[in-house]
Amino acid sequence: MLLIDCPWCGPRDEIEFTYGGQAHISYPKESDALTDEEWADFLFMRDNPRGPFRERWYHVHGCRRWFNAIRDTATSRFIATYRMGEEPPA
Amino acid sequence: MSRRLDAGGSWIDRTKPLTFRFDDEEYEGFEGDTLASALLANGVVGGFTSPILGRPRGVMTAGPEEPNAFVEVSEPWFDPIVAATMVELVGGLVAEPRAGVGRLPDPAEVTSVEAVHRHVHVETLVVGGGSAGRRAAVAAASRGDRVIQMDERHRIDDPPGGVTVLPRTTALGVYDDGYVVAHERSTTLERLWHVRAGRVILATGAHERFIAFARNDQPGVMLSSAAATYVERFGVLPGDRAVVFTTNDSGLRSADVLRGAGTDIVRTLGVGEDMSEALDDVDLLLVSGGWNPNLTLWRSIGGGLRYDERLASFRPNDEGPPWLEVVGSANGDGLPRTEAYWLEPAEDYSEHFVDLQRDQTVADIEDALEAGLVSVEHVKRATYIGTAIDQGRTSGLLAAAIVNQLLGADPDAQGPTSARPPAVPLSYAVIAGPDRGDLLDPIRRTRAHSWHVEHGAIFEDVGQWKRPRYFSTDGEEMDAAVGRECLAVRNAAGVLDASTLGKIEVVGPDSPSFLDRMYTNRMSTLKIGSIRYGFMLGLDGMIVDDGVAMRLADDRFLVTTTTGNAAMVLDRFEEWLQTEWPELRVYCASVTEQWSDAAIAGPNSREVLDAVGTDVDLSPEAFPFMTFRDGTVAGIPARIARVSFTGELSYEILVDGRRGLELWTAVLAAGAPFGITPYGTEAMHVLRAEKGFVIVGQDTDGTVTPDDLGMSWIVRKDDSDFIGRRSLRRADPSRPDRKQLVGLLSDDFLPEGAQLVERDTGRIPVPMIGHVTSSYLSPTLGRPIALAMVERGRSRHGETVFAPLPSGTISAEIVPPVFHDPEGTRRDG
Repeated sequence: MLLIDCPWCGPRDEIEFTYGGQAHISYPKESDALTDEEWADFLFMRDNPRGPFRERWYHVHGCRRWFNAIRDTATSRFIATYRMGEEPPA
Repeated sequence: MSRRLDAGGSWIDRTKPLTFRFDDEEYEGFEGDTLASALLANGVVGGFTSPILGRPRGVMTAGPEEPNAFVEVSEPWFDPIVAATMVELVGGLVAEPRAGVGRLPDPAEVTSVEAVHRHVHVETLVVGGGSAGRRAAVAAASRGDRVIQMDERHRIDDPPGGVTVLPRTTALGVYDDGYVVAHERSTTLERLWHVRAGRVILATGAHERFIAFARNDQPGVMLSSAAATYVERFGVLPGDRAVVFTTNDSGLRSADVLRGAGTDIVRTLGVGEDMSEALDDVDLLLVSGGWNPNLTLWRSIGGGLRYDERLASFRPNDEGPPWLEVVGSANGDGLPRTEAYWLEPAEDYSEHFVDLQRDQTVADIEDALEAGLVSVEHVKRATYIGTAIDQGRTSGLLAAAIVNQLLGADPDAQGPTSARPPAVPLSYAVIAGPDRGDLLDPIRRTRAHSWHVEHGAIFEDVGQWKRPRYFSTDGEEMDAAVGRECLAVRNAAGVLDASTLGKIEVVGPDSPSFLDRMYTNRMSTLKIGSIRYGFMLGLDGMIVDDGVAMRLADDRFLVTTTTGNAAMVLDRFEEWLQTEWPELRVYCASVTEQWSDAAIAGPNSREVLDAVGTDVDLSPEAFPFMTFRDGTVAGIPARIARVSFTGELSYEILVDGRRGLELWTAVLAAGAPFGITPYGTEAMHVLRAEKGFVIVGQDTDGTVTPDDLGMSWIVRKDDSDFIGRRSLRRADPSRPDRKQLVGLLSDDFLPEGAQLVERDTGRIPVPMIGHVTSSYLSPTLGRPIALAMVERGRSRHGETVFAPLPSGTISAEIVPPVFHDPEGTRRDG
């Protein structure tokens, strides 16, 4: 069970969190201007790297805050967690 | 014949004799014995049978690696199958041999032990009670760490102070970030430990390696270190005349221990010497093929291995998690140099056993290789070597080494097969711990629950809620009760406990704009005191939930959700507010349990509510459909909403959650003269289906748009955005052949889920054009009705479709989905 460092609560068991997929994909402000292909790209297409990946987590059974994390998908090791709206650490 | 020595045995207490039964015979042992040591002390050599071939077997080891001596323990606790080497002797113990397979007894037949879970945090966890583990634990404790040291045996020698020492505790698995799950056995209580440790130190020791030679499975063949253990810890001499076969010095050391205790060591054999007759004139054959570091836990979390020629075995390399460390003989430290020798050469390998618990020999490995397999993992799956409940502790590495040798590969070409938790079997009762029966999942009950119980409610689970499905008076069957409840609503009045409906208060100056984005219709134009029904779509344009929004103030809404989706909808609101629109000043709070809700429905509803007593003007002009009013009901501050899920005149009365029972009983008492009838979810489902009202998740399945339901009126057409809007503008949602909601009329009852076809040809395959989503016997219409999703359904009204079923084909006429009062004349009474 992973230990996840919630930026609001500190380290907590993985079981308190849910996963939210790739981070930093904004909902398009002018969705009507998008072609069907562009909309499908936003809706369905996500990166799937081996290695560091910026992703969203939700501390649903805790502070109920969404936050972002950088996690190595090969080792599951969390490299960083940071609050919504903050820039990802380099 | 007693084989107990007159002196010695560091683990036993000779002042505390114990009586036990094995295989229907009574024996004596001492406190501190294992069942295996006590049996050997009583001269029981053998007594076990191999699972597949039925060959006689005896105790071969003194620890968890035992492949032969399995027993069922029936008193004073129950264990279907466990190694006798791991059973701590207690007075009154009753056990019998088991040939590799346990049995599942009647629960009433066995003594169940209470199981609990314990969660702890420590700086350092040490797995292993030997000297290396002790050193690590002492060092950590002296630094000020909180330390747990555990060992699967029932005794930890010389336990260090300042350390929580857990004997009888097996680490089952090591997981990410220092999370270790361990099982503590005792005769009265079983504990599953969940330890989160900053550092995990594996001092799990090493297992002496077995060798494949002819008839190496006979009783009397024993790992040399095990024989020494029986002498030193238990004061038991496992044999009078012994032959030693060893590839290394530890076999000689074991022989010295036995010789010192009185065993006549008649021969010492080494690599290349013929072992086939080694057991002919002795009663004990000591085997040492070297040592394998015990790395099951290390490997299960991704720790890597490197081959050590000196040990002819594998040691940990540095590819492991940073918080995990391996020390002592588990790390290969202090183990003797050995010759690399796994297999006595022979023409016929059919009695060279590798996995004694699976009865698999070198000949079986040869068969697998001849069939073309080259991977140890495939050989494992073909032979099942290493898959028995001893998990291949004596056979896994041996099999890999033999595969390498037979393939002519180097000894390090292939290592052992994957190790996965749990390291030893454990019962589901322990995994479940206290989370069983009523504690499996939280149970949510409405405030009127006790009334429902007293009045014959049969409950169904809706999410975690217990909801009355119907009220059975005088032993009524469900159909009769549901019929009675439905007709009461249509002809008089019914009342439903609707308290479970999800309720979320959405507050803040931007709440109107926020709800506009979350729902397909416009909530921002809703007047204070008014109610609007809405759909919530996924980004893909498909319906995920429905509910109503009541506008309480300019900046305040009460939103309802379906009972099972309340948490999902709140999470969804939070997700969008926090991740996409943090600038919106909106706060959401779940208020589901803050309100109790009695929904009165039926032509007599107004009379009922009048009789209950309210200060709200109930005339249709003053209180129209889809509005709410605040006032009192039965003297209780209340919010009354005119919504209807039955098509009848209806008032939903919401009061302070704690006063739900008071409201419920007041409604039933005052409503009695008007035929008020409590009804359950089943009648609710029938009544709404008669009106063609869908249930999200029953009539929809995540692939249904509002237009598919014939409800495009609920989707606003202006340029403002809402979740799902862009997806509805793709080509697919307006495809003409989409499945659309229809009603079905048939003479026979159509089962929900039945597939529908155009022609009853009796041949297959046949294209399926839809399926039944809801189906009931309608008490109002006195016939079966159904809702279905059918391709181009709205253009097929009047056509016939067929449901081919195993019991015969049912034909049905497609009709509009509203069966009752299509003009909607009844909702105002």
